[in-house]
Amino acid sequence: MADAVDVWVTGIGLVSSLGEGTEAHWSALSSAGVTVPRIDVDRFPPYCVHPLADGLNVNRLIPSKADQKQMGMWQRQGVHAAGLALEDAGVLGNEPLLDRTELVVAAGNGERDEALDSRILASLAERSADEAGSALNATLMAGLRPTLYLGELSNLLAGNIQIVLKVTGSSRTLKGEEIAGLSAFEDAARRIETGDATMVLVGGSLNAERHDILLGCELGGNLWQQPFVPVWQRAEAGGGFVLGSAAAFVVLEAAPHAEARGAKPYARLAGIGANRARREAKGDIQTSLAGVLESIGSAGSRAPFAVLSGASGVEPATSEELAFLRSIGSERSATGLRAYGTALGHAVEAHFPLGVALACLALHRSGFYPPFESSDIEQPIESVPDSILVTCVGHWRGEGLAIVERVSAAAGGAV
Amino acid sequence: MTRALTDRQGRPVIVVTGMGLVTSLGWGKSQNWSRLIAGHSGVTPITRFPTDGLRTTIAGTIEAAASSTYSAFALSLAIAEAAADEAITQAGIGSPGRFPGPLLIATPPSELEWPQLRKLYEAAAGRDKSGYERLLGAARSGTFSELARHIEFASIADAVQNHFGTTGEPLSICTACASGASTLQMAAERLRRGDAEAALCVGTDATVHPEGLIRFSLLSALSTRNDVPEQASRPFTRSRDGFVIAEGAGALVLETYAHAKARGAAILGVVRGAGEKADSFHRTRSKPDGSAMIGAISKALRDADATPEEIDHVNAHGTSTPENDKMEALSLAAVLGSRLAEVPVTSNKSQLGHTLIAAGAVEAVIAFLTIGNGVIPPTINHNDPDPDLHLDVVASTARAAQVRTVLSNSFGFGGQNVCLVLAGEP
Repeated sequence: MADAVDVWVTGIGLVSSLGEGTEAHWSALSSAGVTVPRIDVDRFPPYCVHPLADGLNVNRLIPSKADQKQMGMWQRQGVHAAGLALEDAGVLGNEPLLDRTELVVAAGNGERDEALDSRILASLAERSADEAGSALNATLMAGLRPTLYLGELSNLLAGNIQIVLKVTGSSRTLKGEEIAGLSAFEDAARRIETGDATMVLVGGSLNAERHDILLGCELGGNLWQQPFVPVWQRAEAGGGFVLGSAAAFVVLEAAPHAEARGAKPYARLAGIGANRARREAKGDIQTSLAGVLESIGSAGSRAPFAVLSGASGVEPATSEELAFLRSIGSERSATGLRAYGTALGHAVEAHFPLGVALACLALHRSGFYPPFESSDIEQPIESVPDSILVTCVGHWRGEGLAIVERVSAAAGGAV
Repeated sequence: MTRALTDRQGRPVIVVTGMGLVTSLGWGKSQNWSRLIAGHSGVTPITRFPTDGLRTTIAGTIEAAASSTYSAFALSLAIAEAAADEAITQAGIGSPGRFPGPLLIATPPSELEWPQLRKLYEAAAGRDKSGYERLLGAARSGTFSELARHIEFASIADAVQNHFGTTGEPLSICTACASGASTLQMAAERLRRGDAEAALCVGTDATVHPEGLIRFSLLSALSTRNDVPEQASRPFTRSRDGFVIAEGAGALVLETYAHAKARGAAILGVVRGAGEKADSFHRTRSKPDGSAMIGAISKALRDADATPEEIDHVNAHGTSTPENDKMEALSLAAVLGSRLAEVPVTSNKSQLGHTLIAAGAVEAVIAFLTIGNGVIPPTINHNDPDPDLHLDVVASTARAAQVRTVLSNSFGFGGQNVCLVLAGEP
């Protein structure tokens, strides 16, 4: 669209296994040498997870203990990251502005009461089918906490952000694993481009350290069961992802609105698009991604881009994505490929928001990330990228791409 | 008089050319409509599972084909596809399996239900362990992969997309009990932006299972009038005591007016505008001053360029909970002012129960049927109007009325408020 409003990222909030905030993430991920990820191999054998960094203190941004009690961990870390993003954008507590700020969240379900579920399953196992129904009713009536129910609604991460942080322009929650994260950004960006929104808080959150989420993932055969190896190194053993606890939110803002209030951009979201292949034939994913790149490739400058890949490690999606990235022509040559899931784990709905945040950080800091693994797939680069392609290939459905670019000084956005 | 293809703000007019409906009153618009205007109720005692020990034992359930085993996934998908099929057939758009636009679908929570959890627990593979480790052991065996669709959040959208051949990446939307309305709002935005010329909107929910019921029951949100089920849902009365959980699916084919006219499609109505406003007060309650609901209604009117005088019917959210009905009446009065006294208000939930995630889409279909037929379905069980709510409720029997423009409200837990302004053909 010729007269589309520029979409800037003016705030970032991050929480992960590497810590909290932009500085912690940049310093951990940009230091020379292959990053050694933080992994917990003991709690969920045979699975490993990237656990949330120790000592996350949510009291500052979620001061009410009553609010904290209403939330599962995915919500607490999500609200916290959302608060960090607002703070970073300089709008935390600015209620008149937040009352006009839109909210788009990518989310799955809440967290189940694992102890209650286990108790019920053990007790039902000894009963006949007829008895089991009545016993289930009685145990659930006595044991379920109403607040747990609220925790299970997908839109209650958004609801808690509204209550705690007062972001109340509007609120939308999108579901659907990885691609929900991209769809959330796409919805937000398109509304800003067309003038339907000026500021949107967008992101997601995942608590990986739970049996219930591992169970859901394992039913589909998606979990990596062997000792940890980087994302690109799992194909031969059948592939799989290692979940990582993380929350990532960004503030997307219409450039004129940001300029008017003196806010500086990390970067601009130059293009974003998604598609959904049926994945019936080999190459479907690659073809789908090529189509998306063609549809958004004209966005922004023609500079070659570095790639922050959201590849999960699940096959065949990861191998097909790699084939796609290697096939990108010389016109927009992709250099400096990095699968950030190696460093942070796979964050499902929050994974794409995480990738956008890392892309913005690199552009803002005028650098890039050294390889996250030692292989010929991830090579060091000398140049500083002006443009970063962030990929989002759902482990079972949905393919999408975004191009994040440096805001030129001429555009008034030098930082 | 020319029929403008753009609205007063120069945006493409968005029209509806096909609709489908499945509720506890029946399959298809025709059966639903005749039972709606006859004042029937779809609320019955629950027979799907044992209800002993429960405070609420009634619901507006849908009976699936006799051969199928209930699961929220299976029934939500079956009714979504039935409603979408009816809508696409009526619209006569695309070709079989090739719908020329995206899918926006509101789906219920994706989760394992107790029969599935028990199946995993009883499996041989994990028996040496307990609790979730036992479930994981069974999952690891790889023999339960067919259960994955129950917990994959994209799975209903994915199956519907496969069935109807919608294009691009489908959206699975959750704005709680406003979700159905959100599909229409977000589709209208896409069509106005020129991202597509047509879209398939679906809201579906079939989650009457023990835990689904008990969660709402423990919030004291449900009516406990189990003895006379058809009289349990009584919106805007003094004796209302909660909503009745129900199942349903609504589907609508949206197109730009230009696209619909170019292919000679019959126009069933217009999505004139939509508004949403988030609440920050409480997880299940609205701000006491109604400002978020008021904001959503006001934004919808503004988006539609409609004055209060143009609204001649309100299809209310009207859940029959003490809280909702009070706040909705207050908010309607604040925005519509003196006009409200002249506007008939009805709540389809008096007959259908609350179809939760699907409600906004189900009720949008009924609003367009109201416009098309010139008859407003009644709010049944309205025998003791709440004297504090100053509404012209269409009590007990259907009312003939020339209805041009309807305000359709949807409000949900988590501070979700979405309102639509729906109208007849320009």
